[in-house]
Amino acid sequence: MSAGAKPAARPRRWPNALGRSSEIRILVVALILSAYFEMANHDFLLTGASLENLSQFIAPVAIIACGEIMLMIGGEIDLSAGMVFAFAPFIMHFANEAGLPAGLALLVGVLAAGLVGLINGAVTVYLRIPSFVTTLGTLFFVNGVTLTISRGTPVSPPGDANFAAFMGSWGYSEIIWAVAIAGVMHILLRHMRWGLHTIAAGANPLGASEAGIQIRHLKLGNFVIAALLAGFTGILEGFRITSIDPLAGGNQMMFLAVAAAVIGGTPLAGGSGTIIGGLIGAAVLGILNDGFTLIGINAFTFNMILGAAILAAMIFNIHAVRLVRKGAR
Amino acid sequence: MSEASEVLRGENITKRFGAVTALDGVTLTLKQGEILGILGDNGAGKSTLIKILTGFHQQSSGQLFVDTQETLFRSVDHARSLGIECVYQDLALANSLSIYHNMFLNREIIYRGPLGLLNNRAMRKRAAECLEEIGVQVPSVDLPVEQLSGGQRQAIAVARAVNSNAKILLLDEPLAAMGAREAGLIIDLILRLKEKGGLSIIMIMHNYAQTLDIADRVMLMQRGRVTYERDTADTSVAELMEIVRREYRDMRAPSP
Repeated sequence: MSAGAKPAARPRRWPNALGRSSEIRILVVALILSAYFEMANHDFLLTGASLENLSQFIAPVAIIACGEIMLMIGGEIDLSAGMVFAFAPFIMHFANEAGLPAGLALLVGVLAAGLVGLINGAVTVYLRIPSFVTTLGTLFFVNGVTLTISRGTPVSPPGDANFAAFMGSWGYSEIIWAVAIAGVMHILLRHMRWGLHTIAAGANPLGASEAGIQIRHLKLGNFVIAALLAGFTGILEGFRITSIDPLAGGNQMMFLAVAAAVIGGTPLAGGSGTIIGGLIGAAVLGILNDGFTLIGINAFTFNMILGAAILAAMIFNIHAVRLVRKGAR
Repeated sequence: MSEASEVLRGENITKRFGAVTALDGVTLTLKQGEILGILGDNGAGKSTLIKILTGFHQQSSGQLFVDTQETLFRSVDHARSLGIECVYQDLALANSLSIYHNMFLNREIIYRGPLGLLNNRAMRKRAAECLEEIGVQVPSVDLPVEQLSGGQRQAIAVARAVNSNAKILLLDEPLAAMGAREAGLIIDLILRLKEKGGLSIIMIMHNYAQTLDIADRVMLMQRGRVTYERDTADTSVAELMEIVRREYRDMRAPSP
């Protein structure tokens, strides 16, 4: 075919070069930001305390972002993630109160989160309610449930010190969980049929179903995954701050996760996505947050910068991709 | 050419969607190794017919025979397991995925083991081999399909269908929205596939001249029915046009 003979693009050895380049772009941003803050304040990266602090900001955002990315690839979103985050640890607490050992109670808490995900997915997929609306509903509902069963008061996480250390109270355990989960999710997305089909269904839903892919099962599953991860993150955070708080997480946490996904290169419109990008996106948010805190800029300013960063990332991603495509033709 | 065995037959296929009858007693036969072109206006039922032959829809009544065996197509996967592959108009390609992932979509090669990890290396190699075998050139099978031209994308979609050892290939408007040069490439590809043998092809078409060029036999569909069928050697664009023109006149006549 002579149409193929013209040099459409430099031959690339690796697949998904475009997807990868967005990860490299955001990595460069993260490195530049780190260098800047390190120069502005020498305590930024190279002291244990601030590094630990940074990791604890990044970890929960990154884990929840993994779930949001799986949904966003299919053009869906889970707004209830921040509320499921607060809900799951209370279920763990009550399961423990009811006599279950800490490990089993934790499992029950995570499964309860998964149940919320199943409801989100079933309502979205089978009743054809946009996920924005479905999860807006469960956001308020789950929040109400959490406040009711907790009576608005914090409780202590179950289990002994070792269990707590493993599950988040040791300084770096949460970031280790985050990296491990991101690794697993990356393999699921890039090296297993589930992820490949999720991308295919997001990029071309009709085409994917014509190819025989069961789009509904994928969506349902991804809602469950997102909720499981959100619930598990809430539990990790409960152990880390040694208190299970009904007001933990919340919409701020959920939006940070969505922001991390977007900054990392997963478009809200779906069709593609990257877990590694989401992880780096969470790191960028953490670096911005800690960096500005250390050089003495307050939280209000941080939100302004965060908003501008999301917009800049989106504009850059959309137009960079467009330019790359133009150049490739 | 004489008395080639039939590979696919539909008897009296009818499909209703609620009150609408999209197909009204369609009968067709596809013989081994031939190219059957189906012509007709929008709404004539061509796409519905294709979707029944792929198992995407089930007929309301009528029978389908594969190699003279009566068969009920339960699903797309089922029809596919019988060797029936379809290239839809939208090509069913996932733009952000690579050529080789698209070629193995929902038929991925995976490593043995509980995780079922994708064997990208094997898929990449097989995809490149398959494209070379049928004479489709792309810079690299790693490219996302969004970077390909319309003709290349169509070629990838056809290659995907062929790659699955299809015996019957259904092409839904393979030349739609394509310039003359790109269309020429796809026509060459279709003829090459026919030459290779083992494949019988049904094409839904809009362009009469192209259809008569490529197909062995042509079928005209109008308002859910087959109204005309000939070997392409025994008909002409003029004859086909005349039948369609007559229908327009009939449609207009009864208006008060």
